[in-house]
Amino acid sequence: MSPELLFQQALNGLSFGALLFILAAGLSLVFGMMDVVNLAHGAFYMLGAYVALTVVQFTGSFWLALAAAPVALGALGLAIEPLLLRHLRGRHLDQVLLTIGVSLVIVDQIGLIWGREVRSLPFPPGLDGTVVLIGGVYPVYRLFVIAFGVALAAVIAVIYRRTKLGMLIRAGVEDAEMLGALGVNTDRLFALTFAVGAALAGLAGVIAAPVFGLQPGMDVDALLYSLVVVVVGGLGTLGGAVAGSVLVGPVDTFGKVLFQEFALAVIFAIVALVLLFKPTGLLGRIRIAR
Amino acid sequence: MSAPALEVQDLHAYYGESHVLQGVDLVVRPGEAVALIGRNGAGKTTTISAIAGFLRPRQGTVRINGRNLTGAPAHWVARAGVALVPQGRRIFGDLSVRENLAIAGRPAANGWDEARVVELFPSLGRRLGLRGDQLSGGEQQMLAVGRALMRNPSLLLLDEPSEGLAPMLVEEVGETLVRLRATGLPLLLVEQNLGLATRVGQRVHVMNKGTIVFTGTPVELAAARDVEARYLGV
Repeated sequence: MSPELLFQQALNGLSFGALLFILAAGLSLVFGMMDVVNLAHGAFYMLGAYVALTVVQFTGSFWLALAAAPVALGALGLAIEPLLLRHLRGRHLDQVLLTIGVSLVIVDQIGLIWGREVRSLPFPPGLDGTVVLIGGVYPVYRLFVIAFGVALAAVIAVIYRRTKLGMLIRAGVEDAEMLGALGVNTDRLFALTFAVGAALAGLAGVIAAPVFGLQPGMDVDALLYSLVVVVVGGLGTLGGAVAGSVLVGPVDTFGKVLFQEFALAVIFAIVALVLLFKPTGLLGRIRIAR
Repeated sequence: MSAPALEVQDLHAYYGESHVLQGVDLVVRPGEAVALIGRNGAGKTTTISAIAGFLRPRQGTVRINGRNLTGAPAHWVARAGVALVPQGRRIFGDLSVRENLAIAGRPAANGWDEARVVELFPSLGRRLGLRGDQLSGGEQQMLAVGRALMRNPSLLLLDEPSEGLAPMLVEEVGETLVRLRATGLPLLLVEQNLGLATRVGQRVHVMNKGTIVFTGTPVELAAARDVEARYLGV
């Protein structure tokens, strides 16, 4: 591999990692706070992309779509948690079935509304060009994805460490029941958490759409990768989502260059190694079951 | 006469199929400290859980200052003035000591705040910036009590505050609780440590197999040798 290609692939890997972070942050938050593995996360991602497609068709503005899709998905999450998920608290198998069911409904509705053929979302104007970096041309949009992922991680970190909401999140991830005993309405906190998780999935869907396009099956890919990221990084922690995506993004990208169709095996080898030597994930904390 | 701080009547609760509470009756009057003692598995923690809103009872009532809060969610019970020092302390390890106190804060005029908690537990004052999981067991227990006081409660529930503490620290916990009792704060103390329970409690309930089998003052309990032998294993 030439140094130019190596550099390009490294950037591709980081760009994919940044996208994975946006995607996995929501899944990790919902798991950490609510003890729910949301298997509809990939469908939320897909719906975010299609909502963006429609917004761009009607308004021509990618940036409006980038704002609208998370709001729409957040509203959906805010409805799903109290209507469906809340009634299954603590019942893990039922939660799995419910969230799979929700994802099937969403994906089916997308097929009915938007059709099942491959669609594409144009790059936003200004980010559709290329730049020359170390002797090769490189798409600007991918650099934007890296910057966006880093900026989002920074914003989340500040909220997490410096605000009252962040304090509630950190406490809730550790022991939500105790938080209730201190007068915090955990029902409301959980609904909000689920909405934020869905909004982040929708955001990831918009960001990813210009690169990967829109098609049936994109929900499953997204879910698979985000599960891998949170398992590798450690469930329920922000640092874990960062560590997992920074590792999985580049490994998957280089795996695809070097081993082509065996790339997925490389990813799962990583998962196996992490689970073997550090079952809680790279930055995971042991959760004490009560 | 004003309503009791806590009134539990004929409380029944289950864990799955097992009938853990089989009709518990319990009263904490204004300004009174009551101890609830009994062996492991007698149902003491379940009683606390049912009062605090962690566990929904199948039958019976829980009244806080006259308000019926049977089966209410934990945050309602908390907002009605009940604060809990839970079994195992359940300090937020990822939060600083200061944050652990702030997250519970329910300001009241002349009430508990960080400064007053530090006055009660001076050693916490030197640890405000540390994470909860960096504290020793004794410090965590102080923090759990301080966190509960930050709620400015009208009833304090304590579930085995002596658990896992060295005798000297148990002594300190007892001293603190006697001081809190003197402020007129009603207490319900669940304990296995008979010495601590009788030192703090003005009345003592003995629990066995999900019901209260004895109620009396510490002096009356000391006289009832058969109760100690049968239900407390001493």
